[in-house]
Amino acid sequence: MIRRVARLLALLAAISLAGCENWQSALQAHGASAISLKHLIIFIVAVCSIVWALVMVAMIYALARRRAAWRAPTELIPERERRMGRIVTACVGLTVVIISIFTLASFFTTRALSVAGSDDLTIRISGMQWWWGVQYLRPNPKQAFDTANEIHIPAGRNVHLVLEGDDVIHSFWVPSLAGKQDLIPGRINEITIRAERPGIYRGQCAEFCGLQHAHMSFFVIADEPQDFERWAAAQRAPATQASDEEIAAGRDAFMSKPCAACHSIRGTKATGTSGPDLTHVGSRKTIGAGLFETTRGSLAAWIADPQTLKPGNNMPLVPLAPEELRAISAYLASLK
Amino acid sequence: MTETIARAETLDTELDGTRLATALAQTWKTERGLWGALTTVDHKIIGRRYIVTAFVFLVLGGVLALLMRLQLAQPEARVLGPDRFNQVFTMHGANMMFLFAVPVMEAMGVYLVPLMVGTRNIAFPRLNAFSYWIFLAGGLLLWIAFALDMGPDVGWFAYVPLSGPQYAPGKRADIWAQMITFTELAALAVAVEIVVTVFKQRAPGMSLDRIPLFVWSMLVTSFVVIMAMPAIMVASTSLILDRLVGTHFFNPAEGGDVLLWQHLFWFFGHPEVYIIFLPAVGMVSTLIATFARRPIFGYLALVMALIATGILAFGLWVHHMFVTGLPRLGESFFTASSMAIAIPAGIQIFCWIATLWDGRPVFKTPLLFVIGFIVTFVIGGLTGVMVASVPFDTQVHDTYFVVAHFHYVLIGGAVFPLLGAVYYWFPKFTGRMMSERRGKWAFWLIFIGFHLTFFPMHILGLEGMPRRIYTYQPDLPWHGLNLFVSASALILAAGFLIFFIDAIISARSGNPAGDNPWDAPTLEWATSSPPPAYNFAHIPVVGSAYPLWDQPGSLNVASGLHSDRREIVITTITIAEPQARESSPQNSIWPLLTAITTTIMLIWSIFSPWAVVWGSIPVAITLIGWFWPSGTPEDEA
Amino acid sequence: MRERVVLDLSKLPLHGLGSASVTWWGTLGFMLIEGTGFALVIAVYLYLMSLAPIWPLNAPPPALLPGTLLTVILLISVIPNVLISRWARQQDLRKVQIGMVVMSVFGIVPLIVRAFEFPALNVKWDTNAYGSIVWTLLGLHTTHILTDLVDTLVLAALMFSRHADNPRRFGDVEDNAMYWNFVVATWLPIYGCIYWLARL
Ligand code: HEA
Ligand code: HEA
Ligand code: HEC
Ligand code: CUA
Ligand SMILES: [Cu+2]
Repeated sequence: MIRRVARLLALLAAISLAGCENWQSALQAHGASAISLKHLIIFIVAVCSIVWALVMVAMIYALARRRAAWRAPTELIPERERRMGRIVTACVGLTVVIISIFTLASFFTTRALSVAGSDDLTIRISGMQWWWGVQYLRPNPKQAFDTANEIHIPAGRNVHLVLEGDDVIHSFWVPSLAGKQDLIPGRINEITIRAERPGIYRGQCAEFCGLQHAHMSFFVIADEPQDFERWAAAQRAPATQASDEEIAAGRDAFMSKPCAACHSIRGTKATGTSGPDLTHVGSRKTIGAGLFETTRGSLAAWIADPQTLKPGNNMPLVPLAPEELRAISAYLASLK
Repeated sequence: MTETIARAETLDTELDGTRLATALAQTWKTERGLWGALTTVDHKIIGRRYIVTAFVFLVLGGVLALLMRLQLAQPEARVLGPDRFNQVFTMHGANMMFLFAVPVMEAMGVYLVPLMVGTRNIAFPRLNAFSYWIFLAGGLLLWIAFALDMGPDVGWFAYVPLSGPQYAPGKRADIWAQMITFTELAALAVAVEIVVTVFKQRAPGMSLDRIPLFVWSMLVTSFVVIMAMPAIMVASTSLILDRLVGTHFFNPAEGGDVLLWQHLFWFFGHPEVYIIFLPAVGMVSTLIATFARRPIFGYLALVMALIATGILAFGLWVHHMFVTGLPRLGESFFTASSMAIAIPAGIQIFCWIATLWDGRPVFKTPLLFVIGFIVTFVIGGLTGVMVASVPFDTQVHDTYFVVAHFHYVLIGGAVFPLLGAVYYWFPKFTGRMMSERRGKWAFWLIFIGFHLTFFPMHILGLEGMPRRIYTYQPDLPWHGLNLFVSASALILAAGFLIFFIDAIISARSGNPAGDNPWDAPTLEWATSSPPPAYNFAHIPVVGSAYPLWDQPGSLNVASGLHSDRREIVITTITIAEPQARESSPQNSIWPLLTAITTTIMLIWSIFSPWAVVWGSIPVAITLIGWFWPSGTPEDEA
Repeated sequence: MRERVVLDLSKLPLHGLGSASVTWWGTLGFMLIEGTGFALVIAVYLYLMSLAPIWPLNAPPPALLPGTLLTVILLISVIPNVLISRWARQQDLRKVQIGMVVMSVFGIVPLIVRAFEFPALNVKWDTNAYGSIVWTLLGLHTTHILTDLVDTLVLAALMFSRHADNPRRFGDVEDNAMYWNFVVATWLPIYGCIYWLARL
């Protein structure tokens, strides 16, 4: 029964998200890096298409042209051999020129990407099977805060990302904003992204990382700078207090069940770190690393049976009574 | 002394044609029945077996591909769950690379190289038999494990830490690593055989500039195998050690490094793709000469291109690691070196087109596959040049764009020539022609099906679809193209189906071929089809790169070999001057027994390190049995 | 196809010696494979070393005595090895028989010393990556001594059997000697890595 409900909810969530086509495409570039990469891609693809077309024309002509009288296979015409030699040499020369241009173009594009100006915001991203930890680092540690699977950035500003793999290798990729970069255990990688205009950009883990590699997506939400500051201030705050009885019951159930051992909700006893920070989970667009839109219903479905919705993920099925489930989902949904 | 006198009567100069043929057939024969099958060291029987087995793996891998396409045809489909899907794509990739593509190319070499250089058997024929058995054992290991739900699920390059002790419990990753050991052992053995066959057993007069291009390509490939395969042996062994006895090669917490795996894997993995590709271009050069009815244009340039590709192959591995955060300057170097591969590739394409231009093409099925190859491979090569650009690659790495690139070069660049080569050499293998009509059907279905299946993957990749995902959500704009791709894969499969049906029917009832149905110029066509056990009654003597076109209908040969001893001619490396009449080993059961003991040791060592100690004792015993002299004429000098 | 005999091979020897023998080339091929393997393992050593903040990682450098002793023994063994190769070329059965016995001893002694080398590394294979790589280097080389020893013992037995007096056997002895030289030669860079790089 629960499964059927969950499936139905999943479908509904999916349909409601539909329509946001092309929000994860290298061809829909809305970030500084993605735009220059797109120019490079178009340039190289265009040149290569011409090269291919020329080779095809040459081949078709070679096959279809009319020929003089029969000749024994070993009877070669020295003059013609020499001429073919000259043409082949010229083509090879042209190849050298083209690949040199490609190499230079690549080099200069890369260089332009890596000197993209000063960064005013640093975010640490940790890749875990199969969700993203997001930590806003601020010069003043009091202003730092954690969230998960959703990254808000101010539009038009460079944002510096520090990428760390916590278990296996993952890869951070928001095609509309920038190229990808791996998160590797034991190493630290960095990347700078910048959204030119406000919007929602979908990203997805691009390095195979096990069972739920397919469901390890996230969103980058670029806000107008003042919206971003408002959002950051709200996120810094501890979790909102329970406003009614059901929510309070939900909070208590959450704290007394194993949930608190894995999840943190700032301002409560829940300080676990093996699952996503839930302090403001109700304000996030999706749960389960992009699996469903966040609603009370989808939260309930997820908590009731995470292993059916996202088989193999690291959250176990915690047995709950129906009213506990209802209360916990009300509580989590209230954490705006 | 008495022996030498007795021997003189068995010299081939003392026997007339039919008596010589009978005597040689007796000397070189393979016993009938099961015993013969298990003990034979005839390179043709082993080569044929190797080819058929590799094609069986192609079908199995292809069926897995269709399963994946079924799952991916719809968003959120439930044909395969994540666990099964991960096993399926890993099996597909590992099977196609290690059990189909590399072995089938080696196998064509095993069958053809001795014939093309004009000798009677491959060098180290027993090693050759051993190689096949070990390859078979590796394939069975992988597929039986898969059937028992123990198939590897970490991708064909098994990146750590995902494949390490912590994140891949159970034996699945070990199965992958040990399957590698089996297939590499097999490939290394064949590589050494081919190098020595080409160096020392060429027909008298076959100087370096008269070696058929397919043989050159197998020679270069063999050297690439010899230099590249040890890297994967080192990698898979250290992975097994990490998993079994707790070493820390790949554990960053104890001084190991995750990227070390990637360096080791790709130091092998990149040359690996040229191990598949170089034999294929050798086939293309051979087919083009025959069907354009003229010697290949630019023989020397083509040989140099083969060698240059072989050497450059070792300077490119980092292009698979462009997004791991290595230093920028280093990456630029690897961009330049990867693009440089376009030069030898271009030389070959241009020389082939020149040959076709001056020749008079005969549009038989093999040539169609060659033309399909040029059309397709150039696209694949150009997308290769695209992904060689670091910034470009940051957008398409690990997406379907790369999946498209490598199917274009693997199928377009290697499988198309291979299928053409099968149509071309089938009469040599079986004595019968394949059907032109079915061949054309197979070609067009495969060619069109291929492009419809794989071209849209470029677009999917640019639209952000990562590879190795078992499903995708309906809100992503990928379902239309995925459905199209999956449907087109059926056309492709239908083409392969016709190809296999054609091969099976033709093997039984195709038109008899005669010795040289295509009027081809190289030595394998100088003997009957299929060739007798001893290949050539008299060893040919060669005066050009196209011996059968020199004086049509007649062949220069050498005499003076014994007919009661398996005798071959040893010649010098550069100008192929005869040096000795050497003997070639007898049939033997020991290679099979050695393969069995080796298999036991290797599989056991997945479970216990002590297997290496105790398991090596039976291996040593069988090896001693293998090399212990038996006192036959072959042993005496 | 008409065959025209243009070459008579009946005067050629019935067995190729040295570089005219396929086994010689085969041995060379396998040496190339294994040499590449050794080079790669050494590259792994250098790679791990270049990443580590200190080297050796959390372990004292290996004690020098057993490894150096082994190096000396291996170097000395080259002398009888070269001699046996020469005797084999001269097809002198008596001397080759003596040489094979000597070389068998030279195969066994290093193994005994090797048994003391592992503890002298002062680190276990599962302590850290440094331990893993030195054990692997030493282990890999040990398997080469071991396989060549088995080969030598079998050949020695053959040289005392009825199959002995045969150019083919002498060729095998030469190839075996060549392989032993290879085992000694590959040891030197490994010795340098394990014992001296760890002291820089
Ligand atoms: C047969 C196999 C084969 C062949 C021949 C090639 C050929 C090439 N490959 Fe490919 N490659 C693979 C098999 C192959 N590859 C596989 C299996 C993978 C993926 C592994 C995995 O991740 O699973 C891969 C992945 C791969 C990557 C990594 C991509 C990534 O993971 O992000 C790169 C990057 O540089 C690359 C580059 C190239 C290049 C530059 C060539 C060149 O050799 C191509 C040269 C040919 C031409 C260029 C065309 C002919 C030339 C002309 C007509 C002249 C004119 C040309 C110009 C002016 C440019 N390949
Ligand atoms: C030579 C190598 C080779 C070949 C020939 C193929 C052939 C095919 N490949 Fe594969 N492929 C790889 C090498 C190869 N592949 C590799 C290395 C990977 C990477 C794996 C990894 O990521 O680890 C990969 C990955 C890969 C993926 C990506 C998986 C993922 O990332 O999730 C896909 C998806 O579509 C795919 C599809 C196909 C298809 C449709 C074919 C078709 O061409 C197959 C056509 C053949 C047949 C269908 C068999 C013959 C048919 C019959 C005899 C008919 C009878 C049977 C029936 C009708 C059922 N391949
Ligand atoms: C053993 C650890 C563990 C326990 C116990 C656990 N969780 Fe989780 N939880 C996780 C992990 C890991 C994830 C991330 C799963 C994923 O997306 O792959 C997660 C995800 C979630 C999410 C989605 C968060 C997001 O932003 O995607 C919610 C909501 C949640 N858990 C609630 C609960 C509740 C309520 C309980 C108790 C009934 C609970 N969890 C118990 C580990 C745990
Ligand atoms: Cu994380 Cu894929
Ligand atoms: Cu490559």
